[in-house]
Amino acid sequence: MTGRRRLAGAGTVVRRRLLVAVPVLAATSMGMFALGAASPIDPAQQYAGAAAFTTSEENLAQIRANWGVDDPLPVQYARWVGNLLRGDLGWSTSRHEPVTSVLASRAGWTLLLVGTALALVLVASVLLGTLAAYRRGGWFDRALRAVAYAVQSMPVFWIGLAAIAVFALSLGWLPAGGLTDITATSTDPADVARHLVLPVTVLAISQAPWFVLFVRDAVAESLRDDHVLAARARGLPGRVVLFGHALRTALLPFLTLVGTHLPELVGGAVLVETVFSLPGLGAVTVEAALGADFPLLAATTLATAVVVLTANLLTDLAYAAADPRVRLDD
Amino acid sequence: MTDLALPARVRRLRRPGSAGTTVAVVVLAGVVAAALLAPVLWPLDQSAVDLSRTRLAPSADNLAGTDDLGRDVALRSLYGLRVSLLVGAVAALVAAVIGGLVGALAGSVGGWVDRALMRVVDTVAALPHLLLGIFIVAMLRPSLGAVIASIALTHWLSTARIVRSELLSLRNRPFVDAAISGGASRARVLTRHLLPHVLPRLALATTLMVPHAVWHETALSFLGLGLPPHLASIGNMINDGQRSLLTGAWWASIVPGLLLVAATLALAVLTGRWRDRLDPRVRAELQL
Repeated sequence: MTGRRRLAGAGTVVRRRLLVAVPVLAATSMGMFALGAASPIDPAQQYAGAAAFTTSEENLAQIRANWGVDDPLPVQYARWVGNLLRGDLGWSTSRHEPVTSVLASRAGWTLLLVGTALALVLVASVLLGTLAAYRRGGWFDRALRAVAYAVQSMPVFWIGLAAIAVFALSLGWLPAGGLTDITATSTDPADVARHLVLPVTVLAISQAPWFVLFVRDAVAESLRDDHVLAARARGLPGRVVLFGHALRTALLPFLTLVGTHLPELVGGAVLVETVFSLPGLGAVTVEAALGADFPLLAATTLATAVVVLTANLLTDLAYAAADPRVRLDD
Repeated sequence: MTDLALPARVRRLRRPGSAGTTVAVVVLAGVVAAALLAPVLWPLDQSAVDLSRTRLAPSADNLAGTDDLGRDVALRSLYGLRVSLLVGAVAALVAAVIGGLVGALAGSVGGWVDRALMRVVDTVAALPHLLLGIFIVAMLRPSLGAVIASIALTHWLSTARIVRSELLSLRNRPFVDAAISGGASRARVLTRHLLPHVLPRLALATTLMVPHAVWHETALSFLGLGLPPHLASIGNMINDGQRSLLTGAWWASIVPGLLLVAATLALAVLTGRWRDRLDPRVRAELQL
């Protein structure tokens, strides 16, 4: 079967998903906007900052009128969405710069953190999970599963703080936070890499249990499959059977797992960036939340939602492309 | 899970894993009881500041040391876990009510209402719930009500699914057919015949949601977006403890977290054992 035939229903699936995703995103944005409007924060006072105490009430009212804060909610919402669609994400009240420039300068670091951690998790979980499945019930399998369950019970920020206490403060091997040394005048790749070791490892460790346990169970199951038995019967060496036959069939559902697990990864990144004071999107989202910065907060939340939904769709399509048994048009 | 190679009869004699189960029950019951009964068992002022005794290492006087305001970390951790558990339980209850209503609507009306509601549930479940939760708290400003709203609005999805699927499987049972052919109205069938069967599952799902709710609250409080300081929870303590941690007093952050980890792990062991016993595939594997 050709790849084209396998993806025959892709157009329909994309259309059907959009049919749900667009209303849900619209409803989410409406709910967010309503919450923002119900918020007790006055944007004019927020804009004025400490000067709000000395600014006259007329001036504040003028600012509100200029911004259209007093317009009816639907009018404000339509204006906000119109601006969003035209690429104008608004003005961040906590960072005092356009939201687009905040996103542009921060998104890269978050992608680097999440991407490296995800790569590390995938490689480690495939290796460890397969080894555990090969000797199911053995000491390695039991130890790995016990550790996985234990790690699953630990909040990622708690692991991060413990890592800082041990590796940064007690042993002094790695920096406790930040992206570069305080004295650095530029972002030197080696310096950044050294600062990212702990955050990436902590994020990877906290996400690993799901992936490791999944690979372990999937490989264990496919080791009982007929085609694996057939490969064994042909006298192929155990390593070839394990990695070439059992692992290959077990890996397909893995794609879906990566897709469904992205929200967890995003949440983990927010917490890890905060613990290690990294200048990523997650940390800036928390700052925006502390300052009730609606434009920035709404932009990061909606942007993440769009990215996650798109990634989910892509993993499903990739799954259909990789597995001839999955049909998209059912 | 141990000794997969042993035949079933021998396994039953040795009852593997029962020691682990006992430990988990003792740890979970002990930690939860100590936290809930803290005001009765240790009626001391957990927020008493003593600036002459700040950041003391763990000792016989202060089992888990003191924080940067001289407060006893062990005592405050128990009080903090108490707050976390109570807030988590209330939030899980609110989430269960929302999810139960949506699930009941989808499962009893059916048709396009069901399809639309479930598509929405699937899509919302795919969104990063911590970010949504942060947004909700940020706009309502951090407070007890905002935290509960943040948890409930991001955690109702699983109960909606459970209630719906339970209703769908019940709808085709003979006793429901009998009630309908007996002339019972739709509302009566739902409240008198279906609901009593759904409630136990709903209660179980709500109980199992409490740890998730506690985690969400802990993350929010850690970020400074959760409960106000006078309602200090585990998350607030870990956040507070960061200042001490950087000066070497690790216990102020690590100990409160450890208490939460112990309770969560014990619960995970128990639910894992319980699920293994219910899952026929795993049970078959155990008997291989």
